Amino acid sequence: MISRAEFKEIRNNGVWHQNTSLVQILGLCPLLAVTSNMVNGVMLSLATILVMAIANVAVAALRNLIPHEIRIPVFILIVAALVTVVDLVFNAQFHELYQVLGIFIPLIVTNCIVLARVEAFANRNPPLQAAFDGVFMGVGMLWTLALLGGLREFIAGGTLFAGIDMVIPALRPWQILPEDYPGFLLAILPPGAFIVLGCLIAWKNWVEARAAARRSRGQPATTLSNLAGGA
Amino acid sequence: MTSPAKTPTPLRMAVRTALILFLFVTAFTGLLAAAYQWTRPAVEAAAAAEKMKLIGEVLPPELYDNDFLRDVLTLAPTPELGLEQESTAYRARRQGAITALVFEAVAPDGYSGKIRLLIAVTADGRLLGVRVTQHKETPGLGDYIEPRKDKNKERPWIRQFDGLSLAALGERDWRVKKDGGRFDSLAGATITPRAVIRAVHKALQHVAKRRAEWFADGTRQEKSDDQPR
Repeated sequence: MISRAEFKEIRNNGVWHQNTSLVQILGLCPLLAVTSNMVNGVMLSLATILVMAIANVAVAALRNLIPHEIRIPVFILIVAALVTVVDLVFNAQFHELYQVLGIFIPLIVTNCIVLARVEAFANRNPPLQAAFDGVFMGVGMLWTLALLGGLREFIAGGTLFAGIDMVIPALRPWQILPEDYPGFLLAILPPGAFIVLGCLIAWKNWVEARAAARRSRGQPATTLSNLAGGA
Repeated sequence: MTSPAKTPTPLRMAVRTALILFLFVTAFTGLLAAAYQWTRPAVEAAAAAEKMKLIGEVLPPELYDNDFLRDVLTLAPTPELGLEQESTAYRARRQGAITALVFEAVAPDGYSGKIRLLIAVTADGRLLGVRVTQHKETPGLGDYIEPRKDKNKERPWIRQFDGLSLAALGERDWRVKKDGGRFDSLAGATITPRAVIRAVHKALQHVAKRRAEWFADGTRQEKSDDQPR
């Protein structure tokens, strides 16, 4: 079973302290390619949450059978096979959803986040903990990518939720800036992704530095744990 | 073997890990094969339905009464259509006469690679419609050639082709307005529409050249090569 403290630690690590995109800086390739708008970023994260939870549970369950020397090839085998199965099952059983999420699933095979979590966490922990680790690492990615995608599309075209009508047909993208906003192309091109991600990392470091400074002055450390807990 | 179990020899260890790896590979390959077999019928049905839906968008129902997915013409690799491989053209018929042809074309010179198109042309050389089936244009910028991603929902960009023909539009009008033609384009993304317009224009010219052959009332299921004029 899992204790409350353990659960909290896994959650805070995934969502804030060890955030895949802002701290571990893992899986940048799909991250940067996909976050040209918020909806795409969220979709990739949802697919990643699913795959990471499944891969973590599988590895955690099999961890005592895997010899240390060949663990990496076995992990890659497990992750690649599971992603392919998820891809096939989605395509066959949930075709509508597959058309929205589908292009993101193969991207995950190449994503080192999954392998990193399998190696760093699932290989040493029981399945339940591993499942939570996969989910919360994915949640950390979700809010980061949503923010990154949202900022990029807002700067580039003055919109939010572009493409939402492909996921939920009843909804429309939200044009915030006037229609004649000339657009700032750089933001949705790959360099824009690096620049915005850099700003987000700087923001996170600033928040942490401020919290650390406050702690060292003897004031109660409030922001850090509250921020991570509330996210 | 006399060596105690606690300190295995390198050879024994190599054999052991190799065996374990082999077992894992076998198990997961089996899982993949099973998943593939189990999902294949549904995946194929979904792909066919999707193709049908896309063709349905460019082919009005009153133009056909046949099962055009089975009434096909196999086209040899055609550089005029940008096709390096054999492709399939679907023949829509009403009371046996071919009313329209749905075929694929590729615009090789998109902003980031090939743009695959599905084009429907009537027997008298009029465009019924064009749809983009595959492309890698910049999201949020060049992808307005796909009606789903076009912000203009009332009249998506790609529908400008509806009803056009070589007779209706002169040689020099097959360009974006910026280049002196008749087609709209979005500022900052003109390479993409240029590529699509050029590909559609070339495809129409090719159809005009081959009209006698492609619209000949051959019997169903016959290949174009051995079709009588």
